[in-house]
Amino acid sequence: MTDTSRRERSPRLAVIGAGPAGLAAALAAARHGLRVTLIDAAPEAGGQFYRQPAAGLGARRPQALHHRRRSWERLRAGLDRQITAGLVTHLRDHHVWCVTGAQRSGFTVHALLGPEQEQPVEVRADAVLLATGGYEKVLPFPGWTLPGVVTAGGAQAMLKGGLVLPGRTAVVAGTGPLLLPVATGLAAAGARVAALVESADPRAVVRRSPALAAQPHKLAEGARYAARLLRHGVRTLVHHAVVEAHGDQRLEAVTVAALDATGRVGPGTRRRIGCDTLAVGHGMLPHTDLAEALGCRLDGAAVHVDDEQRTDVPGVWAAGEATGIGGAELALAEGHIAGRSAAVRLSGREPDPRGWAGAARIRAGLRRFAAAMDDAYAPPAHWAEQVTDDTVVCRCEEVTGGTVRRAVTELGAGDVRTVKLLTRAGMGWCQGRMCGPAVAGLAGCPETAARRPFARPVPLGVLARAGTTEDEQ
Amino acid sequence: MRLTCDAVVIGAGMVGAACALYASRAGLDVIVVDRGPVAGGTTGAGEGNLLVSDKEPGPELELALLSGRLWAGLAGELGDRIEYEPKGGLVVAAGPEGLAALERFAAGQRAAGVLAEDVAADRLRDLEPYLAPGLAGGVRYPQDAQVMPALAAAHLLRAGGARLSTGRTVTEVLRDAGGAVRGVRTDRGDIHAPAVVNAAGTWGGEVAARAGVRLPVLPRRGFVLVTEPLPRRVRHKVYAADYVADVASDSAALQTSPVVEGTAAGPVLIGASRERVGFDRSFSLPAVRALAAGATRLFPFLSGVRAMRGYVGFRPYLPDHLPAIGPDPRAPGLFHACGHEGAGIGLATGTGRLIAQVLSGRTPELDLTPFRPERFGEEAL
Repeated sequence: MTDTSRRERSPRLAVIGAGPAGLAAALAAARHGLRVTLIDAAPEAGGQFYRQPAAGLGARRPQALHHRRRSWERLRAGLDRQITAGLVTHLRDHHVWCVTGAQRSGFTVHALLGPEQEQPVEVRADAVLLATGGYEKVLPFPGWTLPGVVTAGGAQAMLKGGLVLPGRTAVVAGTGPLLLPVATGLAAAGARVAALVESADPRAVVRRSPALAAQPHKLAEGARYAARLLRHGVRTLVHHAVVEAHGDQRLEAVTVAALDATGRVGPGTRRRIGCDTLAVGHGMLPHTDLAEALGCRLDGAAVHVDDEQRTDVPGVWAAGEATGIGGAELALAEGHIAGRSAAVRLSGREPDPRGWAGAARIRAGLRRFAAAMDDAYAPPAHWAEQVTDDTVVCRCEEVTGGTVRRAVTELGAGDVRTVKLLTRAGMGWCQGRMCGPAVAGLAGCPETAARRPFARPVPLGVLARAGTTEDEQ
Repeated sequence: MRLTCDAVVIGAGMVGAACALYASRAGLDVIVVDRGPVAGGTTGAGEGNLLVSDKEPGPELELALLSGRLWAGLAGELGDRIEYEPKGGLVVAAGPEGLAALERFAAGQRAAGVLAEDVAADRLRDLEPYLAPGLAGGVRYPQDAQVMPALAAAHLLRAGGARLSTGRTVTEVLRDAGGAVRGVRTDRGDIHAPAVVNAAGTWGGEVAARAGVRLPVLPRRGFVLVTEPLPRRVRHKVYAADYVADVASDSAALQTSPVVEGTAAGPVLIGASRERVGFDRSFSLPAVRALAAGATRLFPFLSGVRAMRGYVGFRPYLPDHLPAIGPDPRAPGLFHACGHEGAGIGLATGTGRLIAQVLSGRTPELDLTPFRPERFGEEAL
């Protein structure tokens, strides 16, 4: 049998998402004998982490915006090689709305072609690897819907993708490690960053946590950011929060306040900072819609996986932020392991984990680090107290904080789903991705999985014919 | 402290809320308990239909007509808060045979007191401008209406003033040595009452078993699709004539007949699939595909409209498709108000009124014989 014909008979793996996890998975799987279809919504591979400026914008030094440029260049070159060799097919601008099927019958990935997202595409595969990444968590505060308030990730995407400077005077606020590159990125791009407002106090945690100390290169990275902030004259306020954004038609200023030991706003600590841009973020959440519709078990907000990155649904692997927020390096390690495991399992053999022992070691360390970071950067315990009754919480359906509170106190709602039913919070375009954590916090109940059968809106005309090829086979 | 009341209602869904409202207004002290939140079961997964159009003459239609009158009265009181909309139903037939059957069905309903107007093929688009061309005709039912079911349950509970205890699971219906009901045992203590109302919907069989009696309520799964918000293009509740046959069917296999309606909030709701697969919540592409196909056949413009989400629910059905309403002679003091299948929102008000009447010792205004809870066999579990 020739190499080509052996390849034609080898199993096909659909990798959904071409960020760090998906790229690492696709390359590992292809190198170990699978045919891979790499499906991604963006026009170029890389995901949010390795987002590239659109061609034609004439960026002179796009690499200046990127850390880990070498790892990206290695992945990019590997992808090009595998595409040329015919082992990886890269489907760009494919917006996946659902994955159906099972190991026995095979899987179908249902996508819509962008940017209009009207024309359907169905991809068949023997197995699926979900590398769907994460999305930003933003908690509301009075004034957060003013033009000029953007998410931290949104500001970063603008910087990386379009090289657009979102404003002239910026405040970066919220909590989490993403705030550092956003602040330094804005400053490097020429904005005046009036303050970096972090509600946690990372220094205290660094001193306490052995998991952080065990990742010296991560600490060095933090130190580099701190130096850059200093160089750009960015004032960092730890244990502070933006409690209100002000402006008539658009953002003009923010009020920041110090937080006391319990996470409450300290009396007499409020002060106003003028700015026309506020980049705000409170960490990341895993994208789990596709996994949930497939019936995969979740652990809290993330897709549950075993040591080989297998979900509890046979034939479905997951890697990267979808399995728990941990950053690009962890995603690379998890993607590598997932791709290797899929390649061996789909050829009917038992994998030997010693083959990926190095990646597993990196994964273990970075997961401990991620857990410590998660503890360090939790939003302040009493953030919901700052949300006034007239603050819009769900922007799609324009539901206010007061409406959510009344659903709990007057109408007997005790969970996010009932609040949604009684207020419409989370029923709009974003399907609660934006307001889910905020509604849970205001209602004083835990966040629960949302069960979204469609990962994105799908035209009924497409849905009416979806999967009919699957039935014919 | 001893917790006592006149009646415990088990279930904070639509039917339990209506039972609590009418019992409270009859002067009874009522406590509503639910293991979940308000509207956490089938109420929160339905479309909120208040229909007479899909019911043949008989006891269920009588209950629907009574319920419709009560809903109209409550709408005056609760206003927009429950999103009551007397939009009317429009049932359409694709071909002449279907239309003849539909018109015969409607004639029978008229004789039983239903308002039903035959609509000629060339008049259909006056009522629904975006309807597909080429349909044979239809019947308009002005008494059909809609509420937002979760809001309706929450506001009826509040309006009645009954005490509400959610997140509280009934583990046993307490009975004395003579067999009479004396309250419920819950995971958070006992509640003493001479009357207990089983309004647990699809889980009504489990509650009955905790009182030691058999009530064969089973789940019949349904999916609903919700579109992006639109300007009002679908004015009535519109469905194909074969929906009525599906509702009455005993088949376990997947059945779908398109039921399309606009809502006050903007999205179009698309039902209705029926299948007996137990309490399986998993997404089913064949079911939602059939819903989408049926809806786009009725309203071609929907092809380009996006489905934003879908949800799944479990209708509580009893083998003869009639609910169980009234006292259970096998357990004196136990009353049932469950098993309404897909019609529980619509039939809730009438059910609540009848339960309140029997709880307060009066003669119910409808004959409860067809709804007897013990009609499926007398044997205890």
